Amino acid sequence: MIRESYLNAALLAGLLAVPLYALVVDEPFTITLATRAAILALAAVGLNIALGWGGLVSFGHAAFFGIGGYSMGILAFHAQNFVPLDLGIMVFDGTKSMPIIWLVAVLASALAALLIGLLSLRTSGVYFIMITLAFAQMFYYFAISWARYGGEDGIPIYVRNDFPGLNTLVPIQFFGICFVALLLALWLNARLVASPFGLALNAARQVPVRVQTVGLDPTRLKLVAFVMSGAITGLAGALFADLNRFVSPSMFSWHLSGELIVLIILGGVGRLMGPVLGAVMFVALEHWLGGLTTHWHIALGAILLGVVLFARGGLIGLLCGPRGQT
Amino acid sequence: MSTILIIEQVLNGLQSGVMLFLMAAGLTLIFGVMGLINLAHGSLYMVGAFAAAAVAGVTGSFLLALLAALAAAAAAGVLVETLVIRRLYAADHLDQVLATFALILIFSEGTRLIFGSFPLYLDIPSWLSGPVTLPGGIQYPLYRLALIGAGLAVALALWVLIERTRIGIQIRAGENDREMIAALGVDISKLYTLVFALGAALAGLAGALVGAIQSVQVGMGEPVLILAFVTIVIGGIGSIKGAFVGAILVGLTQTLGSVFLPVLFRLFLEPATAMSLGASLANMAVYILMSLVLIFRPAGLMGARA
Amino acid sequence: MTDNIIETRGITKSFGSLKASDDISIDLRAGEIHAIIGPNGAGKSTLIHQICGGLAPDAGQVLLGGQDVTALTTAARARKGLGRTFQISALAMEDSVLENVLLGAMGASGRPWRFWQAIMGDRSLRERAEAALERVGLMDQRHIRTSALSHGQRRQLEVAVALTLDPRAFVMDEPMAGLGAEGSKNLTGFLDGLRAQAPILLVEHDMDAVFALADRISVLVYGRIIATGSVDEIRTNADVREAYLGEEA
Repeated sequence: MIRESYLNAALLAGLLAVPLYALVVDEPFTITLATRAAILALAAVGLNIALGWGGLVSFGHAAFFGIGGYSMGILAFHAQNFVPLDLGIMVFDGTKSMPIIWLVAVLASALAALLIGLLSLRTSGVYFIMITLAFAQMFYYFAISWARYGGEDGIPIYVRNDFPGLNTLVPIQFFGICFVALLLALWLNARLVASPFGLALNAARQVPVRVQTVGLDPTRLKLVAFVMSGAITGLAGALFADLNRFVSPSMFSWHLSGELIVLIILGGVGRLMGPVLGAVMFVALEHWLGGLTTHWHIALGAILLGVVLFARGGLIGLLCGPRGQT
Repeated sequence: MSTILIIEQVLNGLQSGVMLFLMAAGLTLIFGVMGLINLAHGSLYMVGAFAAAAVAGVTGSFLLALLAALAAAAAAGVLVETLVIRRLYAADHLDQVLATFALILIFSEGTRLIFGSFPLYLDIPSWLSGPVTLPGGIQYPLYRLALIGAGLAVALALWVLIERTRIGIQIRAGENDREMIAALGVDISKLYTLVFALGAALAGLAGALVGAIQSVQVGMGEPVLILAFVTIVIGGIGSIKGAFVGAILVGLTQTLGSVFLPVLFRLFLEPATAMSLGASLANMAVYILMSLVLIFRPAGLMGARA
Repeated sequence: MTDNIIETRGITKSFGSLKASDDISIDLRAGEIHAIIGPNGAGKSTLIHQICGGLAPDAGQVLLGGQDVTALTTAARARKGLGRTFQISALAMEDSVLENVLLGAMGASGRPWRFWQAIMGDRSLRERAEAALERVGLMDQRHIRTSALSHGQRRQLEVAVALTLDPRAFVMDEPMAGLGAEGSKNLTGFLDGLRAQAPILLVEHDMDAVFALADRISVLVYGRIIATGSVDEIRTNADVREAYLGEEA
């Protein structure tokens, strides 16, 4: 437990130190890599709430990542092209303001998570895995055929969106935004886990029947967790789109859903910093192994197999022992 | 809208449906008997297609190519089952999803390493190419008709295997009660390897057969894999009959949806809007079908669980 | 109003051709321990499931404090005052002992929708949870991971979670199962005192415990109640001896 706290602190310090060092030695690409890791970590922190504490194996979190991305893409598209967005009841100019974009991204993905969760939580086990995948695929194909917003080609955004008081085009400043968002999500996650809701959710994952016999509804607890989870992943999607200045249907792809699960497993399921460690490892592997060979996916596959077969608690489990509280 | 077009599209739907069944049958069998979700099933499909394309390239024989596809996919299945999959039977679904996701990465990248990134082509043999005239004067490609025939023949053979043979009895017993068949002296680990190899061979066969009308390339198994999952979820996971019904439903929905939905919408929408709305709904139709089935029958159409 | 805290009226449940519950009418009165005994496969678990929710009877009603709860979920019945313990411990094994009783206390408080406040900082929940641990004698183990508890301690924790609910009636499914002689004796003594707080519907195989505790006993055989009565009445009942003990009368 104490060891895990040290590890967590070291990890965050490292994630902060690398881009700062890169700033000093003027390697902006490394800052971009760190930003990517922070955003993927944020997306996986969202998924970890559903997966790690709620026990919900969502194979469709790309849906929320993509909805966050498209929230950004659509709002910025209208603003940059000066084409008003006609919503029927009102006309909106679009916006380049990050806070507004984030709000829309969070609300839209939370709403989608509520609808998907309401339907998907009627099932369980394999069926839950498959129905969440199916919903993400629906969004994927919808985005592909949505000609107004680029269809398969997606939407390029020419200039990164604005944040009051910052120059978001400076890599380290944009990294700062993403890092703070990640810290806030981790803080929220930590509070959540220690809260009455977190305790009930954790029990609902382990013994739903016990939760019922104390008078609580496990499905409802899981639904709320799913909505929070989707909202956080949606926020990450909006930031990811801003990092690339580009949105495309690939944000909805099932590979992405799979990769988010992979991040969590690499780091450790249901561990606060599991997604962060997983994302850092993933981006580092992608960068270094990808630099050595174009076939680095073989190595990633082998590592993943190794973790699943031999290191069931992920890297944090390996370093700090099995999961458990107090 | 002519009747001929409708019949043609129904045949196309059936064709993609029976090919989907070859994939789905293995997937559902493996889940039913061993309780395993195998995401790498699409990789076995790809292995079959590549083996067929490679052998056809060397020998020029389509039948040899099909044999190679069956053999290569079955061999890959046995290899993967012995090395990795059997460690996963007792694991939870999350571990199974991840480990088989890892296998996809390895298979895809490995294939790219051997064959490169450019697609291969597998030609339709001359004795199966060209159109045939169906009753009513409909011209339809002979090869596609042959696919429908082959798919139905495999479905029938599978039914005979499961319902009428000793192995079939063991497989069905394995679905119901693992301890029981072990107690009867059946070597359960051999049975599992066999079932996995059978599923793999079916996937490989589908890959080779479909490979002749599409290009053979890395990643070709993934869209099919997802459709096959949708299929078995619709049919009820573990049920071969369900897989058949699901496969035909999905094949027809997808094919007919992409042709007729845009036409349908043109009746009451302006053409451009109708086209794009129709196209997107057609792409989504299969998934909408699946969610509807799950909402009203959470264990699928032929699922055992109520 | 009626004195019956729990009452079933003509509960019937079939699985295929098997009648697991055949027109069962029993009741649990204030202040008593009513034991249900019967050979394996008699339908005791099926009956418990129907009383606690989770299994809907084909016919008949379940009443709690005179109110028909047949259509209510398990959770709703728990909120109406049903405190249940399981034959096979249903505890959050990864969590600490204290967290398991806190869950019960939170369920009783009906306020799980708090996302920000730390549950360990909620004094009223903690007091309630720790009081329950104190009563079953698990206070010293409160910070231990539940999976590290012995079998007997898990049985005690089961009871403690039910205590946090402060229920109107307990339904206990073989609480003595797997306990040694010493453990059974201790738990018997504890349950003896518990009936003053709330009556107990007790399904149990341990006959010593049943005969020591029960005010009334019902005998369930092949889904039917063949006799209900005091310990002495049941001991001497010919039907019971024949059906349950396999003796010719």
